Amino acid sequence: MHPAYSVIFFTTASGAGFGLLALLGVLGPLQLLPADRWFGLAALVVAFALAVGGLLSSTLHLQSPARARYAFSQWRSSWLSREGVASIATMMVAGVFAIGWVLFEATAGWWALAGLFSALGAAATVVSTGMIYAALKPIRQWRDPLVVPVYLLFALATGAVWLDAVVAVLAGGNWAVSLGAMIALTAAWAVKLAYWRRIDTGRSKSTPESATGLGGLGPVRLLMAPHTEENYLQREMGYRVARKHAVKLRAIAAIAGLGLAAPLVLAGWLLPAGPGAVCAVFAALLATLGVLVERWLFFAEARHTVTLYYEKIMA
Amino acid sequence: MTSLPEHPSATKLGLVIDLDTCVGCHACVVNCKEWNTGGYPAPLTDQNPYGRDVSGAWLNRVHTFEAGEGAEGRTVHFPKSCLHCEEPLCVTVCPTGASYKRGEDGIVLVDEDRCMGCGLCAWACPYGAREMDMGVGVMKKCTLCIDRIYNENLEEADRVPACVATCPASARHFGDLGDPNSEVSKLVAERGGYDLMPEQGYRPTNKYLPPRPRRDATAAGTAPKALEEASPEGGFLGWVDKLLSAV
Repeated sequence: MHPAYSVIFFTTASGAGFGLLALLGVLGPLQLLPADRWFGLAALVVAFALAVGGLLSSTLHLQSPARARYAFSQWRSSWLSREGVASIATMMVAGVFAIGWVLFEATAGWWALAGLFSALGAAATVVSTGMIYAALKPIRQWRDPLVVPVYLLFALATGAVWLDAVVAVLAGGNWAVSLGAMIALTAAWAVKLAYWRRIDTGRSKSTPESATGLGGLGPVRLLMAPHTEENYLQREMGYRVARKHAVKLRAIAAIAGLGLAAPLVLAGWLLPAGPGAVCAVFAALLATLGVLVERWLFFAEARHTVTLYYEKIMA
Repeated sequence: MTSLPEHPSATKLGLVIDLDTCVGCHACVVNCKEWNTGGYPAPLTDQNPYGRDVSGAWLNRVHTFEAGEGAEGRTVHFPKSCLHCEEPLCVTVCPTGASYKRGEDGIVLVDEDRCMGCGLCAWACPYGAREMDMGVGVMKKCTLCIDRIYNENLEEADRVPACVATCPASARHFGDLGDPNSEVSKLVAERGGYDLMPEQGYRPTNKYLPPRPRRDATAAGTAPKALEEASPEGGFLGWVDKLLSAV
């Protein structure tokens, strides 16, 4: 599949944003984070900026973005519509939670309920994002039981490193948050490695023979393409560049997102406040970069069954 | 409404495509474009149509495959358009309600006034039946020529999809595949019509008829006779060859 940059940026940024929002919604009411309004404001601004920035960037890949308002209507059948509904609902509940924290410095009672509901909404939004891909039967690498867990764990892990960065900059760090961020990063990448092993060993159910039904005559190969120039299907679903360098790109993603980010979180915890905060911010940036490369590979390594009709040209 | 019809009628309009008689002339491709760029999904735009890197939305394409090895190999022209599936994932993934399947005849359509051009339906189709119209910004697909098949302004004989009307080899047939007694259903039964990629579970309505077996199955396996030797040894030809070579 051709990596659509707006969609890659969207899932990475809004994943981190909703992950951070979920952590704030749970840890705030549990009184595990500083209750003062400036901390709340900074952390919620980062969460909203990532989530909203991601959602806005997702509209860049629409051909007729003015009709995006209809996208909230088909939640009965469509995961993309469910994602839209869940994200807006979550933003509204999180807005109430933010009012409590920032204006009244209150995260208990009814405000806590708003926090917990925004955490649930954030999780539902990320599950919907993952299901958009996991529901697509023609793409073997996407219709995999590990796709949704990977989306959830990366949202949690990137949310946690961003929370760690905000805590380190504004509150001089918190060992529990740093430890949690390292555990979440490790868990996310462990499941991602398992996912990569699965897609490397799996095989597509469909072949050029089943796509044409001509297997009874022998092996099937394309003799003449239906058109001389590339069409929409080939531009959208054919992609070879990243597949060529997949092994190196996987290493780059894992080294940036785990190999460098996790030790930097640890350094942020152990070093004194000033340099510690710098390390924590770099950890958040590198973890996000790692997920960006991982998302790019998620597209580039995915093969759509339509390529079977264009084998040799697109494979 | 992108949920599938709860009580679909027994009627399943669709095409039967005969891979034995298709000659790969692309007339169906051209007539499809011609009709539909002025019909229901109009306009069906092209980008840079007279320059380099021509591109555009087409609803029907003819691929050409080779099947089998050596003397047993066959060239098969393979027309492909929307198969109007009974389990169309392209419909249920649509977030806006633009994509829908009609309950009364099973035709899968796009309401272009609601399509936001996200492209998810094209990803959901295993067959590559949908193409984004980059000039209009909405997804286009085969309508089974809904503006011909029910069009009372046309002669009854012309109330078939444009691709079927134009095919010079009669390789395309249109009818109700939900009715076991229809001409198309009989054709499918008689010729062993099949589904494309049944393993994907979309239950396509359109059926394909396989190429017929060769009339003389043994002839295909026999190598053509070799030519006579250019420099024969002995015999009359040897004598002539020797004589003429010496002159």
